[in-house]
Amino acid sequence: MNENQLRDLIGAVKRGEVSRRAFVRRMVGLGLTAPFANLLLSHSGVAAAPAPDTYKPTKAGGGGTLKTLFWQGPTLLNPHFAVGTKDQEGSRIFYEPLAAWGPEGDLVPMLAAEIPDLENGGLASDGKSVTWKLKKNVKWHDGKPFDADDVVFNWQYVVDPATAATTVGSYKDVKVEKVDRFTVRVLFDKPNPFWADAFVGAVGMIIPKHLFENYVGAKSREAPTNLKPVGTGPYRFVDFKPGDIVRGERNPDYHEPNRPYFDHIEMKGGGDAVSAARAVIQTGEYDYAWNMQVEDQILAKLESGPDAHGRIEITDGGNIEHIQLNSADPWTEVDGERSSPKSQHPLFKDPAVRQAMKLLIDRASVEKHIYGRTGLATGNFLNNPKRYRSPNTHWEFNVDKANKILDEAGWKRGADGIREKDGKRLKLVFQTSINAPRQKNQAIVKQACQKAGIEMELKSVTASVFFSSDEANPDTYRHFYADMQMYTTTMTSPDPGYFMRQFVSWEIASKANKWQGRNVPRWNNPEYDAAFKASELELDPVKRAALFIKMNDLVVGDPGVIPDVYRPRVSAVSKTLRVPFSGWDNDFWNLRDWYRET
Amino acid sequence: MGRYLLRRLAIAIPSILGISIVLFGVLALAPGDPFSELASNPNVPPEVALALRAKFGLDDPLFVRYFHWLAAMLHGDWGFSFVSRMDVSTLILQRLPTTLLVIGSSQLLALAIALPVGVLSATRPYSVFDQVANTLAFIGFSLPTFFTGLLLILLFSITLDWLPFVYRADLGVTGWRWVWEEFRQAAMPVAVLGLFQGASWTRYVRSAVLDVIRLDYVTTARAKGLAERVVVLKHVVRNALTPVVTLVALQMPAVFGGAIVTEQIFRVPGIGSLLISSMLANDTPVIMAVTFVFACLVILFNLIADLLYGWLDPRIAYR
Repeated sequence: MNENQLRDLIGAVKRGEVSRRAFVRRMVGLGLTAPFANLLLSHSGVAAAPAPDTYKPTKAGGGGTLKTLFWQGPTLLNPHFAVGTKDQEGSRIFYEPLAAWGPEGDLVPMLAAEIPDLENGGLASDGKSVTWKLKKNVKWHDGKPFDADDVVFNWQYVVDPATAATTVGSYKDVKVEKVDRFTVRVLFDKPNPFWADAFVGAVGMIIPKHLFENYVGAKSREAPTNLKPVGTGPYRFVDFKPGDIVRGERNPDYHEPNRPYFDHIEMKGGGDAVSAARAVIQTGEYDYAWNMQVEDQILAKLESGPDAHGRIEITDGGNIEHIQLNSADPWTEVDGERSSPKSQHPLFKDPAVRQAMKLLIDRASVEKHIYGRTGLATGNFLNNPKRYRSPNTHWEFNVDKANKILDEAGWKRGADGIREKDGKRLKLVFQTSINAPRQKNQAIVKQACQKAGIEMELKSVTASVFFSSDEANPDTYRHFYADMQMYTTTMTSPDPGYFMRQFVSWEIASKANKWQGRNVPRWNNPEYDAAFKASELELDPVKRAALFIKMNDLVVGDPGVIPDVYRPRVSAVSKTLRVPFSGWDNDFWNLRDWYRET
Repeated sequence: MGRYLLRRLAIAIPSILGISIVLFGVLALAPGDPFSELASNPNVPPEVALALRAKFGLDDPLFVRYFHWLAAMLHGDWGFSFVSRMDVSTLILQRLPTTLLVIGSSQLLALAIALPVGVLSATRPYSVFDQVANTLAFIGFSLPTFFTGLLLILLFSITLDWLPFVYRADLGVTGWRWVWEEFRQAAMPVAVLGLFQGASWTRYVRSAVLDVIRLDYVTTARAKGLAERVVVLKHVVRNALTPVVTLVALQMPAVFGGAIVTEQIFRVPGIGSLLISSMLANDTPVIMAVTFVFACLVILFNLIADLLYGWLDPRIAYR
């Protein structure tokens, strides 16, 4: 899809010929994220439709205790120090951002009075600033009023390098100024179509200035409020034991009417995912369990039990299990490193081998026999819900076709059935982390490769080593001392700019950058680089979107990566509990709307 | 006695130092990185992980880090958790009451089973009671706790729906209600650990009592016409218990160390689960503190066992 087609489509949305929802689906199918597609619309002057209100309770409180189970408990409760989603979820009970990402990638106001757009003047027409109007009736849990100073303070707090905030990526390139007591402006040095990053979603939770102002920078770790959060959220802090439990009670002064429904909330950590599923679905001891990384067969069995208390909720969102083909040579040392970007992979440099490999991933079997509802076959690199999948992208499993491609390229079968060309045997090492579904997935790929005359050696590395950033350890995915590797890339930012950066040539991981570069497959394509550079300078969001679509097609077409299965978020929820889930934000993004149907 | 104690304490210092060097070295050499989760998050610039590494002194040479740690430890500072960004001592103290409660009561349960059953089977060797007790003891210590734990959950939580299988340190109720709830949730983990420990201790008690019960002075006591109860309790058990006391004393550090597997199954927030989650997160200061404190306790209880030994058996002299 090129720029003109995009403009036509946006025009159609504007005129009401195409629904907003249908537009978002089309964009997601083309490899853009839903939040990005929504921002595209608001930049083009199409106002966001308010989400339908499905919240039923007519008074706050009276709901008893909401018991949630996390097999990894939160270890800290300062959102700017959050290491994983578990910490973000824990903080989300007490803290709120200005706006959150809803299920369709739409912005939902939390502490903001309205979502900025071109019509209400929140978005500057030059794209260089965004003005947020804040809600006026919001109080911190200790009774102090919330205002613009708090928002500005969060920016100052995070950008101080000595604070070592994990959210700094969203704040370091912006400036924030107070306009009046309830208005703040976020300024960008260059026009920024993705303006909704700072103060939005998981990275945007606002901490109170009056409790943190003496703890900026190196002193940040001494702040008592790090462990006893005081926020604006629907629940007030009661108790926290790292890795074990977080407890909260209803905030009687909450700024939304009739909310929250529950009197207490409990977030219990520890244990394993299977028994967490049991506690929700089978015994009903808990109301909600997070991140059910459990084989779908087990979940289905629990759900179909005679007196199941709960159900499984699948939420479309962001993660993709994919296979990377190494563009560099992992077996020869060049300037003291293997997989050096200066080298070329001896086998994958032949496009025929890469194309054949693309045909040898039996995604249907992977989906059917391993992941079930929790891993859906996909041909797109970006995380696409199945029903949003564009008909233009497709994937295929076809051993005969792969054989034909290899035959035509001159890879002849030897006496043992393994192909050879110019004295090079088609033998590959395929690595991944230790995790039962991944090992089964490896076996499926290996089987298909054998049929195509490719010898494959499987290697699995302990997850804590494989995903470590330890530069001395050769077994990390970043070193990539193997021909192929497989893991899930999580999509934590809704902007494709971050995501697509991982295939540009200057991000190639190597010894020189201590393997911190994000281009792990060492894939290098000048056309892609040019498109990415253009997207960075591109002021027009529609042109920028067209560039991202082109980049996606390039990296999947001449495969640097082969998408495997898209992994939606899976949670276990009590049958009576009503939960608005969103795949673009934390599970607790809209905790204020959780209620129990009686 | 006093000189002996001083000498033992003097020996303990170099051994504790040695242990700390080994622990620190092993943890430093172990693969993994506390900030790996940050490093694999595309939104976090690599500089943040590097800044955190520098802030926590991870880039210093090994021996510099060791001396920093040692100096802090001598000041009573157990370290600072990378993952929770709080003092390790707070983390450990938070979990100590639950650990003591669950593991402590399981040890008491083990003793309450092992002592009477062991003594009774030894006084009536090869009787039906002895045979049954022996068989059960064998079954008890050959079944691993992760198996019995799951079995109990399946039976009491899922099939019968009597007991909860998620342990909550903070029940949110008081008074008798608390006692009852605590009993319900602690019953399974305590039973799993207590029965396992009790089974092996039963075997110990039985053989210790058997060793003593055939000695001449017991025959003499009986010949004097003492009641069987007095013979067993006053003459046999007191002497037989010397090795058992040592065994129990040496087991005491485990009360602090927690029970990793059982705590994980029942989600008991004890020190064992702290240790395992810290290991998975590569939170070295916590692992170091827990293992080091554990090592110190082992040395301390060894000393206590030796002292107890002398007190129970006056024939042993300290030199």
